[in-house]
Amino acid sequence: MLSAWFVILASFGYIGLLFAIAYYGDKRADAGRGIINNPYIYSLSIAVYATSWTFYGSVGRAAADGLIFITIYLGPTLMFVAWWFLLQKILRICKTNGITSIADFIASRYGKSTAIGSLVTLIAVVGITPYISLQLKALSTSLTVLLEYPEIVMPSAEIGLPVVSVTAFIVAMAMAVFAILFGTRHLDPSEHHEGVVAAIAFESIVKLIAFVAVGLFVTFGLYDGFGDLFMKAAAKPELQKLFAISPSSDYAQWVTLTILSMAAILCLPRQFHITIVENVGTDHLSKAVWMFPLYLLLINIFVLPIAVGGLLQFPAGNVDPDTFVLTLPMSTKNEGLALLAYIGGLSAATGMAIISAIALSTMICNEVLMPALLRMDSLRLNERGDLTTLVLNLRRFSSVFVMLLSYGYFVFIGESYTLVTIGLLSFAAAAQFAPAIIGGIFWKGATAHGAFVGLGLGFIVWIYTLLLPSFALSGWMPQSFIAEGPFGIELLKPYEFLGLTGMDNISHSLFWSMVVNIGSYIWVSVYTEQSAIERIQAALFVDAEKFSGTTGRSNLWQGSAAVDDLRDLLYRFVGSYRTEQAFKDHARIRGLDLDVLMAVDAEFVAVAERLLAGAIGSASARVLVASVVKGDIVSLDEVLQILDETSEVIEYSHRLEQKSNELEIASDNLRKANEQLQELDRLKDDFLSTISHELRTPLTSIRSFGEILFDKPEIDLSQRKQFLSVIISESERLTRLINQILDLAKMEAGSMDWEMSEVDAREAIEEALVAMSSLMADKSIALDLKLPDNLPHVFADRDRLIQVIVNLLSNAVKFCGGPEPVVRIAAEIDGDTVLVRVADNGPGVPDGVEDIIFEKFQQVGNPLTSKPRGTGLGLPISRQIVEHFGGKIWFEKADGGADFRFTLPFTRNFQIAE
Amino acid sequence: MSHSVLIVEDEPNIVLSVKFLMEGSGFDVRVASDGNSALKEIKQAPPNIILLDVMLPDRDGYSVCEAIKANSDWQDIRILMLTAKGRDLDREKGLALGADDYITKPFSTRELVARVVEVSKELAVSYSHGT
Repeated sequence: MLSAWFVILASFGYIGLLFAIAYYGDKRADAGRGIINNPYIYSLSIAVYATSWTFYGSVGRAAADGLIFITIYLGPTLMFVAWWFLLQKILRICKTNGITSIADFIASRYGKSTAIGSLVTLIAVVGITPYISLQLKALSTSLTVLLEYPEIVMPSAEIGLPVVSVTAFIVAMAMAVFAILFGTRHLDPSEHHEGVVAAIAFESIVKLIAFVAVGLFVTFGLYDGFGDLFMKAAAKPELQKLFAISPSSDYAQWVTLTILSMAAILCLPRQFHITIVENVGTDHLSKAVWMFPLYLLLINIFVLPIAVGGLLQFPAGNVDPDTFVLTLPMSTKNEGLALLAYIGGLSAATGMAIISAIALSTMICNEVLMPALLRMDSLRLNERGDLTTLVLNLRRFSSVFVMLLSYGYFVFIGESYTLVTIGLLSFAAAAQFAPAIIGGIFWKGATAHGAFVGLGLGFIVWIYTLLLPSFALSGWMPQSFIAEGPFGIELLKPYEFLGLTGMDNISHSLFWSMVVNIGSYIWVSVYTEQSAIERIQAALFVDAEKFSGTTGRSNLWQGSAAVDDLRDLLYRFVGSYRTEQAFKDHARIRGLDLDVLMAVDAEFVAVAERLLAGAIGSASARVLVASVVKGDIVSLDEVLQILDETSEVIEYSHRLEQKSNELEIASDNLRKANEQLQELDRLKDDFLSTISHELRTPLTSIRSFGEILFDKPEIDLSQRKQFLSVIISESERLTRLINQILDLAKMEAGSMDWEMSEVDAREAIEEALVAMSSLMADKSIALDLKLPDNLPHVFADRDRLIQVIVNLLSNAVKFCGGPEPVVRIAAEIDGDTVLVRVADNGPGVPDGVEDIIFEKFQQVGNPLTSKPRGTGLGLPISRQIVEHFGGKIWFEKADGGADFRFTLPFTRNFQIAE
Repeated sequence: MSHSVLIVEDEPNIVLSVKFLMEGSGFDVRVASDGNSALKEIKQAPPNIILLDVMLPDRDGYSVCEAIKANSDWQDIRILMLTAKGRDLDREKGLALGADDYITKPFSTRELVARVVEVSKELAVSYSHGT
């Protein structure tokens, strides 16, 4: 059944299916209903990473070296799971700046440099060509093997080559046609090829299904599950080494390969193209960070089982392990599965070849050919009409060129290598981009010179340590180049450069190329100056977050351009529809009227340049825009000024933020202060209300009796005397009250005039008693006095001290009661103070008011009699006085009656011994 | 007939003057020095007019006013509040509780007498109409 014509028919049937899917995808996209705008398709398209290297080569590698094949998937997994922010930043930069390829990215970062763009393109083309040819080799090998069915015969140079090379050539050209048809249908500023992406996602499904199917067949068809398979393998000593990492040699290689594949997922032109350029929704990345690693995991589960199964099935060693995926189904005459495996390999190879061709042709056209043609004044390209066709034709030509080059490499060199070796060669080339990319998005100081020298030297080391030896091994150069070094110089041996031994070829090359690449990149960057445009681009890339979604103030252009010139320029590359659309959008945002607009400003020019860059790359766009803009590219001084202004604005906004925080705190404080003020206001209101009441009460009596005496001169003398005495006593009360209020106000304000001196406390007490004696006698109050003779002097204002004692005494007199009212006064030495006690046998201080009786106007009524007489200011004043003397006043809870106490410190020179 | 006046006031000197003025105007005068004894006096024999101080030692004049107005037997009693609290707020509170008039201390003796006499006349008219 597996006749040649059937296999060929199936191959072209499959490729036809791809064309159909791509066609459908493009039609849907044109209708505005794209099918690729979801994270699943996006993740599947990134799986273009899994090529025939994965499909056939991993098994080959596993059969030879065991688990180390997994490193090629460990790197990308690490990148997506742990370093996704790197991808995110690059994605954001590319969306903001309309980046079309990895070469455009690097060139754009380093001042839209044509030289760097060309160098990156050169490295990419030279580095990736072997990789594409690897796909052709895998394809032709698998086809040759399948065509020998039911025999299992390995292709040899003698018998296989003519048929195989013709097939490979036809496939290569089919891929070029595919890339041309769907990659260069029109010039799209966003560089999106929805049909291609849809086809690639489909291919990812096919190769996964095919590989897993073969894996299941080997594990559960040929053997009785994983356990059975590995048991049988473990019985063979030569297979045991496949399940372990051999401790001595492999660790360095594990690390190297993991790093290499990490760099590859970022730096391979096709990965950059599919992950970054073709991305239609930045949020898709958040799903891809786990779905893509999951895909890699799934496609790797059966690598070791297939490898082990192959080694067990073909113990003679006459079957190339790179073909196990195909030959295992063939060996059991499983035709359907063999065909599926072949189609899976076909899908892995074509996917890689198509995207690589598109990515490389875009780079060749945008970074090398267009800038070169535009600079050839004799062509007068700037003055020609529609250039879209020219650009597209250049790309078409480039696609064919890339595929022809790969085919050439395949024919002349590819035969002498395993799949993995060729793949790693390309990985090592792509890894040269990593320093310029990662440095470029985190280090503003990196210069174009640094990037150019780093890339260039790294590339040269790569050529010397990997590419030239591969030529030598293929017989293009003498083998002695490897064995003895050029001209017999041992130190220059490409695999043992400067005598560095003990490393595998890839690690060795990566080590030297990275040392040279990174070293010169940093060194030259530090010692060279950036041009104006580099400064701008560096800021745009490193501070991508700030500039995201806007061209900001970092415009390259100053001066203006005529609208019509700009319009004509864009018409030629992106067409009238997109041009008008973009102009209208920008005019609307800016509030400009396109109909009357004659010239546009720098910001408008920047928008146009971005649109153009999307179509033909930033380096070409810069050259073209320069031709229509009147005015110069800004000078370095102006760039510095712009950057300073930007940072000033940022600084200013930081300060504003800080200020607003401070304001918030201040307003919070104000609110609290306001609450306190309101509380104070309430207290003041209460205070005034109380004072008002206390003043009005004696005034009422005085006024009433005054008016009575005035109105009724006829009232008799004794009554008149009574009324007059009320007037007098109420006047005294009023006077006392006013004095107390004034005293308290002065004390609280700190403006009281104190006459401090040494005072004999005993004398002061006695004097106060004299003042109170008549009142006490009137109420027949007994006095219990305990005054020691040797009381030391205290430092006080004598009159105020007497005032305190009088206050306390009058309280005691007021409250003491019972049939035998008594007031007790005592003084004693307590530490270095004199302690004075004034107590009575009244009802005492009620519970719950202890804290407030020293506050103003907090009178405590005597429940037995009536409202207390007094101003309510006595105790507060007493406290102010005592505290001014350095003592304190309080009261003790006593059985029956109040017990007020206060202390007065001795004068400083008093000695108890005296 | 002469109307009876109950003076509710804790300041003895103010009692002395108001009592003198009321007696001089021909009223029957009784005195209570706090809220509770005032209510006791009213229970014994409701006066026609009460001169009610607000700041009393036990319960304030407002609550005494409220207690009187809450008793249906005492609806005819006219209440004049006498207070040293001069704020509008206090005045409104007193009137809202049903006081008939509100006089701020220190007051003019003539005005006090005139207002009490006025209330007394209103009382005489309402009695003669049998309300």
